[in-house]
Amino acid sequence: MSATAPNPSPRRPRSLTGPRRTLIHTLLIGVAIVMLYPLLWMLGSSLKPDTEIFTHPGLIPDALNPANYAEGWSGSGNSFSLYITNSLIVSIGAVVGNVVSCSLAAYAFARFEFRGKRIWFGVMLGTLMLPMQATLIPQYTIFYNLTWINTFMPLIVPKFLATDAFFIFLMVQFIRSIPRELDQAAMMDGANPLQIYWKIILPLMRPALITTTIFTFIWTYDDFLSQLVYLQQNARFTVPLGLTLFLDKTSGSSYGAMFAMSTLALLPTLVCFLVFQKRLVEGLATSGMKG
Amino acid sequence: MSMTTAQTDEVVKEPPAPATPSDERERERMRRRLARKRGGGWWPYVFLAPWFVGLFGLTIYPMLDSLYLSFTKFDLLTSPEWIGAGNYDRMFTEDPVFWDSVRATLLYVVVSVPLKLALALGVAILLNRPLRGIGLYRAAFYLPSLLGGAVAVAIVWRQVFGGDGLFNDVLGWFGITGQDWISSPDTALYTLVLLAVWQFGTPMVIFLAGLKQLPKDVYEAAAIDGASPVTRFFRITLPLLTPIVFFNVVLQIIDAFKTFTPAFVVSNGTGGPLNSTMLYSLYLYKKGFTDLQMGYASALAWVLFLVIAGFTAVNFVAGRYWVHYDD
Repeated sequence: MSATAPNPSPRRPRSLTGPRRTLIHTLLIGVAIVMLYPLLWMLGSSLKPDTEIFTHPGLIPDALNPANYAEGWSGSGNSFSLYITNSLIVSIGAVVGNVVSCSLAAYAFARFEFRGKRIWFGVMLGTLMLPMQATLIPQYTIFYNLTWINTFMPLIVPKFLATDAFFIFLMVQFIRSIPRELDQAAMMDGANPLQIYWKIILPLMRPALITTTIFTFIWTYDDFLSQLVYLQQNARFTVPLGLTLFLDKTSGSSYGAMFAMSTLALLPTLVCFLVFQKRLVEGLATSGMKG
Repeated sequence: MSMTTAQTDEVVKEPPAPATPSDERERERMRRRLARKRGGGWWPYVFLAPWFVGLFGLTIYPMLDSLYLSFTKFDLLTSPEWIGAGNYDRMFTEDPVFWDSVRATLLYVVVSVPLKLALALGVAILLNRPLRGIGLYRAAFYLPSLLGGAVAVAIVWRQVFGGDGLFNDVLGWFGITGQDWISSPDTALYTLVLLAVWQFGTPMVIFLAGLKQLPKDVYEAAAIDGASPVTRFFRITLPLLTPIVFFNVVLQIIDAFKTFTPAFVVSNGTGGPLNSTMLYSLYLYKKGFTDLQMGYASALAWVLFLVIAGFTAVNFVAGRYWVHYDD
């Protein structure tokens, strides 16, 4: 917390003297250790026998003990591989939906003039602020009447209807930076708007599409409330729901398995992060700047 | 589409000729046609069709339906029964748990948002200089934001602050005997606050991007005038950064009001001990989906919506007085 105190001089590249630099590094490393320690503790605990988790507080287990992973994998109702498969179906479906529907809407907002455009754009930005809790119950009744409860449809179909306004906004900003001359040249060559979208806009907005893909994947994969509401049968459970099963039976013997599956559950996000770190940070920064 | 083809044919047939007044007129007509085509007739509606269906089918209609349901008694299985303002009446006058959850939520928002933003700004300022390993630091600080919403992290959190968890181990190094922070009604909510603060990476990244855009010459002038670092922070950095601060405040408040997962996991779905972690979204979920009181839950949803809208509006109005835009 002490990090908030001193050194508010952002722009003096050459004036950083030795001791001050050391001080800053010490502060930053301190904060980083505090930040990452719980995650390392989780990893360490996942490899310890249950009896040692809370009695041997050290990070590094005496011996690597993969038994927790085996136990957790097969332990809770269904095999964890089922939960992972279900999570992947939902997340990949959501990614496809968001990429297609949000890019279509963004193209319209960025490239066309039409009646009420400013109002619709404002409405779109307004839905950014709308909490999902506000529409949860009527949406549930809609999907209930469609007999979609206990299917993945309520988690995937809305994404095909561009309900994630954040990504429309991100893509609109991106398309605006593509020179209009390209569209006009294609138009002169007889291309219709659909062809322009497909052959010019989509290929050029690849960076925005990748950002959308990663964030949609991670956010859907982690989204707990809607999965909790819509998926009730164990056979349909996703990773977050599978993990909650450990909450009920923490009768002392399955802590290790719980830590092991928590570690596994974080792995896909972690991999995304390691591969796309730079793009994630930049995508976030630019969207923030323009908001 | 036929219109498009006709037009292009015309363009192709146009003979190359020296610029004449009629040629100018032709070009002007061409330009207007292009402009009209940018208007696009029904094309924009084709591209917006999915969005329109989603907007009306999954946002506007549900909002209105939820408003209607909030005046009914509704359990999903039988049709809604009109009870007027009964749900709201019950909420404000007869339901102590509602007030517990309001108290927990407001406390959570008011404590976690300023702490998180202060830490985010502080670390962003530390990072906004040429330092070795800056990418590594940024990654380490951002990672929890990306993982933080996961059930897995909330599960770990529950153990970290449990009676014999990591937190008490660390306190033990300093000779302090801890307690079970999760099962004490006085501290359980603050473990959720810490979890929120732990995820300061997102606003930090946004602050950092803002800091990079501040004009250097102002700082050089201030340094020449002998302004101390503290003065420079309060007189230059903070005022110039207010739009970014504002953006982060609005986003984080909305986010905090919506928090559900950690409260559910840490309390194992109960909101306990003694409703101390009954964040509003958790209460809404329990009423709607555990107790199947969907009319009442709809009323709760509308109150949440109005409160968030109200907070955002207040932010925007107050923002006029403290946010400094450069244009």
